[in-house]
Amino acid sequence: MCRCRWRFIIRFGEAMPLLNERSDLLEIKELTKGFPGVQALDHVDFTLYAGEIHGLLGENGAGKSTLIKVLTGVFRRDGGTIRLDGLDIEARDPADALSLGIGTVYQEVNLLPNLSVAENLFIGRQPHRFGIVRTGEMRRRSAEILSAYGLDINVTDPLGSFSVAIQQIVAIARAVDLSAKVLILDEPTASLDAQEVETLFRILRDLKERGIGIIFVTHFLDQVYAVCDRITVLRNGRLVGSRPTSSLPRIELVSMMLGRELAAEALHRNQRPAVTEEPLVAFKDYGKRRLMEPFDLAVRPGEVVGLAGLLGSGRTETAKLIFGIEKAESGQAFVDGKPVRIASPRDAARLRFGFTPEDRKTEGIVAELSIRENIILALQAQRGWLHQIPRRKQDEIANRFIKLLDIRTPDAEKPIGLLSGGNQQKALLARWLATEPRFLILDEPTRGIDVGAHAEIIRLIERLCEDGLALLVISSELEEIASYSDRVVVLRDRKHVRELSGAEVNADTIMTTIASHQ
Amino acid sequence: MRRHLPVLMTLAVFIAGYLICLAQFPSFASTRVIGNLLTDNAFLGIVAVGMTFVILSGGIDLSVGSVIAFTGVFLALAIERYGLNPYLAFVLILVIAALFGAGMGLLIHAFQIPAFIVTLAGMFLARGMCFVLTTDSIPINASAYSDITDIAFPLPGGGRLTFIALTMLLVFAAGVVLAHFTRFGANVYALGGNRTSAQLMGVPVGKTTIRIYMLSSFLAALAGIVFSFYTSAGYSLAATGVELDTIAAVVIGGTLLTGGSGTIIGTLVGVLIQGLIQTYITFEGTLSSWWTKIAIGALLFAFIVLQRGLSAASVRTR
Repeated sequence: MCRCRWRFIIRFGEAMPLLNERSDLLEIKELTKGFPGVQALDHVDFTLYAGEIHGLLGENGAGKSTLIKVLTGVFRRDGGTIRLDGLDIEARDPADALSLGIGTVYQEVNLLPNLSVAENLFIGRQPHRFGIVRTGEMRRRSAEILSAYGLDINVTDPLGSFSVAIQQIVAIARAVDLSAKVLILDEPTASLDAQEVETLFRILRDLKERGIGIIFVTHFLDQVYAVCDRITVLRNGRLVGSRPTSSLPRIELVSMMLGRELAAEALHRNQRPAVTEEPLVAFKDYGKRRLMEPFDLAVRPGEVVGLAGLLGSGRTETAKLIFGIEKAESGQAFVDGKPVRIASPRDAARLRFGFTPEDRKTEGIVAELSIRENIILALQAQRGWLHQIPRRKQDEIANRFIKLLDIRTPDAEKPIGLLSGGNQQKALLARWLATEPRFLILDEPTRGIDVGAHAEIIRLIERLCEDGLALLVISSELEEIASYSDRVVVLRDRKHVRELSGAEVNADTIMTTIASHQ
Repeated sequence: MRRHLPVLMTLAVFIAGYLICLAQFPSFASTRVIGNLLTDNAFLGIVAVGMTFVILSGGIDLSVGSVIAFTGVFLALAIERYGLNPYLAFVLILVIAALFGAGMGLLIHAFQIPAFIVTLAGMFLARGMCFVLTTDSIPINASAYSDITDIAFPLPGGGRLTFIALTMLLVFAAGVVLAHFTRFGANVYALGGNRTSAQLMGVPVGKTTIRIYMLSSFLAALAGIVFSFYTSAGYSLAATGVELDTIAAVVIGGTLLTGGSGTIIGTLVGVLIQGLIQTYITFEGTLSSWWTKIAIGALLFAFIVLQRGLSAASVRTR
């Protein structure tokens, strides 16, 4: 048959003895890497067998990315050994790592969207004769390679014209075809939907059968349990432990990652009666054509209302209508029972509403500005730029929130872009809390945040509502939303379909409501 | 289909323009006009091939006009003043230019300096060298020149396909093969697509960058040789602003200024559109030749807006 298949069979043959002995494909010993002020990796051991999927987990700052970057030659190690197939290796750069047999696929696919799929698979090693690339041969082989992954696409189309999921499969196919023995997947599922994740997992299991060792980095615990054979947890640059997935209960995994017992913050909030029965904010028949069907919604002080639904169900759209980013065409808004008009975010801010958007990087933080400047932004805007907040007052506010929300930073003058995702999110919260809002909308407050910061944000949400704030929280994590919401509004196809309260607020009911056809 | 839209638009503009010219001046159909169109724009076409590679890779080369002038001055002095064999002079200047380009590419890669800055320096350097060598226009009377310019293939209808027109067509043919059927070509597109990704995928970024600018300067020198056939002289002030005409031709030809997308054939059509406008104005007789620039400017605007629209549309469909 084709040449690539032959190569596969040969490679499989080489991998077989490894499989039989269950010997180490990749063996990392005492790996150390420091940056000024931080010991990113502190004598870390890590072993990857041939033919296993190995989950690499840890909070932000645990050392996962540093470990991967040292492995792939982005960083040089300070000490320790890396052995691949029993030979010491040190990759000079990612291309070198690839030639040694370590391929990496990132969340944002690092291929070339402007080149064809075939060129992406073969760049640098195109079959050629007398210097002329044999395009026909290249296409044929590309189609063959991809068909092994169940992909039947036109390989001459530019890669950029396909979905992220397909691009990721192409990236995997490329890495594997380049004789990868070790395949590193860095948060590959973050932008995929459930079905695409399933396809990816099928492919991973397939590759595992062929004797390839896979390192899988992710934040999704469900996925770890769905696909990983073993799990290694890092924390603060140190190895916490490596365990077979089957003998590691979920609760134990989380406590390994957090370095503390989880029981105290069990994800179930006591149902408390709302402080008052009068809603703080209420919306009647609020809607906009082609954006959102008219809905009714009320939030009381001290209450958390969750918005749950699939991507594109209208969660963010609801938030944007309420905050005046989109102008409602129908209905009426009330604050304290009095009708109000919200035609712009300025109006909303004047009513003491706050909103932390979903996409921190592009809509929330101003990465180059300091933490202080970011925190002060909304308050300053509210006062008008002519009434500059005195610098002493700014420092005071910034430092108060850094302490209050436990934002981890050496000082308030550090550019916010240098903080971890969780700390950025806390600074964004601080921005709105500084304006002393009565009603706060949080859109995906825990997205892209590691488990530790996750729990802190949730605790923070609960504390805020104990202080009498009214909260509207959007999240795609059902367990999470069920844990802190008093009521949950379920959305589907740009419509509020049902409001759950009391005992109904749990992940199963939310899911069945989303899935129900009514 | 969308991939080929820019080049199809260019082609449509050319055909429409040609039909308009033809309606007004029926002699546009003659092989004589077509032959002259190719001959008059030969040097522009040759540089434009190099420039296409540069822009495809996400770079820019501002030095080509100066390199053309330097080539003319160098040839005039070498042949007329120092009595060098013209063919030896050709080889010499091609080698010098290639080294010059390689130097620029090396600077761009090694120090991560924007190509704009490096080639701007190259532009001043080459132009300055011209003036240091001579400020006069030096005629070239070598017999080799008349021998070469006399080579022409008669076309039916009285036109002539001159040697220099043929050279341009050959350069374009070579450019097509190089861009679309070699590893080097794929690497150029890769650089223009995303430099970091290209590096991660093992594309030899440094080697490719150096070769791209080497090719551009080499072709600029070849264009300079052709230009000296055309003018039979070397002059320091020759070919000022040609780098901008060249960039215009490449962009009108459907190549994305940000790199990564475009074709060599599109550039040929882009050059011919410029030539067509020029010829039209010559035929018209009453219009100032500066109207060429105005028309090119308008076209350039239109094409840049079109590209912007297309890339925005492709992002949306994703």
